[in-house]
Amino acid sequence: MLIKKKPDILSSEITDSRLYFGRRRFMREAATLALAASLPTRLLADKPGWLNNITPSDFSTGEQPNSYSDITTYNNYYEFGTGKDQPQHEAKDFNPWPWTLKISGEAEKTGTYNLEDILAGRAMEERIYRLRCVEAWSMVIPWVGFPLGELLKEFLPTSRAKFVEFVTLNDPSRMPGQKARVLEWPYREGLRIDEAMHPLTILATGLYGEALPNQNGAPLRLVIPWKYGFKSIKAITEIRFRETAPNNSWRKSAPGEYGFYANVNPEVDHPRWSQARERRIGAGIFTPKQDTLMFNGYADQVASLYAGMDLRRNF
Amino acid sequence: MWLKPVNTLLLRRRLIKPLVFALCCLPFAGLALGAFGMAGFSLGANPVEMLLHSCGKWGLNLLLITLCVTPLAHFSGWRALFAYRRMLGLFAFFYACLHLTIYLVLDQSLLWSAVIEDVLERPYITLGFSAWLMLLPLALTSTKGMIRRLGQRWIQLHRLIYPASILVAWHFYWQVKQDVREPLYYVAALALLLGWRLYRQRVRAREPLIYS
Ligand code: HEM
Repeated sequence: MLIKKKPDILSSEITDSRLYFGRRRFMREAATLALAASLPTRLLADKPGWLNNITPSDFSTGEQPNSYSDITTYNNYYEFGTGKDQPQHEAKDFNPWPWTLKISGEAEKTGTYNLEDILAGRAMEERIYRLRCVEAWSMVIPWVGFPLGELLKEFLPTSRAKFVEFVTLNDPSRMPGQKARVLEWPYREGLRIDEAMHPLTILATGLYGEALPNQNGAPLRLVIPWKYGFKSIKAITEIRFRETAPNNSWRKSAPGEYGFYANVNPEVDHPRWSQARERRIGAGIFTPKQDTLMFNGYADQVASLYAGMDLRRNF
Repeated sequence: MWLKPVNTLLLRRRLIKPLVFALCCLPFAGLALGAFGMAGFSLGANPVEMLLHSCGKWGLNLLLITLCVTPLAHFSGWRALFAYRRMLGLFAFFYACLHLTIYLVLDQSLLWSAVIEDVLERPYITLGFSAWLMLLPLALTSTKGMIRRLGQRWIQLHRLIYPASILVAWHFYWQVKQDVREPLYYVAALALLLGWRLYRQRVRAREPLIYS
């Protein structure tokens, strides 16, 4: 008897999305050429040089990415309002440039650097990752960025650097949401150093091949695809190497509900709602929620980081 | 008055009532247009959440509006307002039922095991469900015949709107992730509306509340 293997549904989608990206890239380049003569300065502002050479990555998922509109109009970014439709409006006038990044703590090289200097000439990759929000919805997002570990190593962390802490810009005049004390500002996040050095962990500076929109965390944000979205801190101004575990904003606000690790885990529910399933944004109104995967589907790459740990306690 | 009583009644029946009815339908119309992407309306990136939240919010809004009728009539002396109270309450129930239907059909895709788990294990769902169970008999006994048949017991039964509203506000408060400002505004409004009734009952214990 001949048993035919069911064709992998995703493979066609991979081709589709590749073609789509290829076409997008071609159109963009054609448009760039056409515009280059007339609007050089505007283009420079819209598309920084480091986004001109983006290579695909094997870490990308073959799933169909969400539309640019979904990704840029449905945002949890309390610095620009607690409604998910607010950041797109409230962050419109935010100008991230010039931006400085402070490196501090347990490293040989510390100091304050111009972000443009850090990014100039750096190799960028397109990483199409699943993003799973702690609120039980998810998207697929084509980020542009580079491994965080690659940058961290340049500052020569010492043997005491066991954790990394990240801090968002604190400026209520530019981030109106910070005028309300819904969270403790500035927003802080932290990772264990091995999590920070993991090749899946990236710093993103772009989306869909373009500069990262303000509402998505411009100019520089973290993306850790196997953790709930709130770990992926936006608009980073400081990175501190630490010997002790940093606290993170959501954990500070509700320690019983949000942990330090915040690894995506369908078996450990949020105290108030289930984490077993998720609504994929853009999937259509009658599409049922889909099962949430352990470590958001990245278990093969990251489960070993947590070997022997009780994930129910270390949620 | 320049209007004769008959004309006032006609005005109320022919004009104001349909107008209030139409106003109460507006949120539903907006969502329906959004669902079909018509007239520039849209449900955003997460339409199921938008539908669920809007209908829940309008259920609560209309509960509070219904609770405003008595104090408004009291302070303005405009007893005609009572003519609209039943319609407002029924619209609150209509949006609560839409909210429940959207939860069951679109949010949970009629996965009954997940629904039962939610109702039993998620306190905020338990609260919402209890509130809906309280509103159900109120809607069922809102007909003229029922009012007549139940008499004094009808008034007692319909006081269930007080605990039901408290449960809904609590349900809202508990499902919010962090920014509790909005549910707290609702709690404050509800406290005012129910507090006023308590005050009336205490201070004027001898004079029964005519308006219930
Ligand atoms: C019948 C049982 C009920 C169930 C299963 C239910 C379920 C839900 C769910 C799942 C949410 C959204 C939670 C989230 O997105 O995290 C919600 C929110 C809400 N529900 Fe209910 N609910 C019920 C009854 C009610 C009733 C009777 C009312 C009002 C009349 C109501 C008013 C609300 C409000 C105001 C919200 C918040 C909306 C917002 O955040 O904008 N619910 N409910």
